[in-house]
Amino acid sequence: MKARVTIMLKQGVLDPQGKAIEHALTALDFDGVNEARQGKIIELELTETDQAKATAQVTDMCEKLLANTVIERYDIELMD
Amino acid sequence: MKASVIVFPGSNCDRDVAVSLEQAMGQKPNMVWHADSELPPSDLIVIPGGFSYGDYLRCGAIAGNAHIIRPVKEAAEKGAMVLGICNGFQVLTETGLLPGALMRNADLKFICKDAPLSVETSDTPFTKGYKQGQTISVPVAHHDGNYRADEDTLDRLEGEGRVAFRYADNPNGSARDIAGILSENKRVLGMMPHPERCADPLLGGTDGKALFTAIVEELS
Repeated sequence: MKARVTIMLKQGVLDPQGKAIEHALTALDFDGVNEARQGKIIELELTETDQAKATAQVTDMCEKLLANTVIERYDIELMD
Repeated sequence: MKASVIVFPGSNCDRDVAVSLEQAMGQKPNMVWHADSELPPSDLIVIPGGFSYGDYLRCGAIAGNAHIIRPVKEAAEKGAMVLGICNGFQVLTETGLLPGALMRNADLKFICKDAPLSVETSDTPFTKGYKQGQTISVPVAHHDGNYRADEDTLDRLEGEGRVAFRYADNPNGSARDIAGILSENKRVLGMMPHPERCADPLLGGTDGKALFTAIVEELS
């Protein structure tokens, strides 16, 4: 099973890289971008086949290593 | 007094801080490799500056889970002093020994310059060689020194006298101008500026020297 973890800065935490992207888009005359935020995606190939167990395992990975929950939030998506 | 400097792949201020410690203590510290799971008996543990593991994932995240960190945390719980400088500060927040996190500098630039700092408290084993309110000049060299914590944590740090240093001219967007913070027992200090880069006249400044002298006095 494959897991895709998306890690983003929490709402309310200033994202300077997102801001720079937003400004660059405006400079290129792309109108209508209210906000840009940058995050990262980590894809994991898991041996686990049970969805619930895989979710629990990846949640543990996020809490211990993949995300810093002081400033970041994470979403887990499982794919067959 | 026994001191250990933890060395990760990508540490690059480990030898500088070893020189500062040797000058202050009169003997060399142990250089301890990150993959070791045993720490020699240590009254002081230094997590040096650099780019441990190439700053992969997040600054300090991989180092914060290295084998050597468990005995470092155990030693800290027993009252050993721990000093984290720059990347070392990032590692200490990742291990949970210090609260908060260090984010990308607000202007996205790597900043390398002398930074005037205000000494916020002299009532700690690290800063007792300074006067409260004194301004010292210490070099900063970082890309991710923008200190963040929730408002409650920031209030608690200030209320408990755990802000050690503030920037006089905030270079990186740090919350409340914070440059260095202490643990609850004030025996763990994390700071972005580099005192080891201004602890000898040959380096162009000596304002960092009092920090090492204070540690040695405390532990001798």
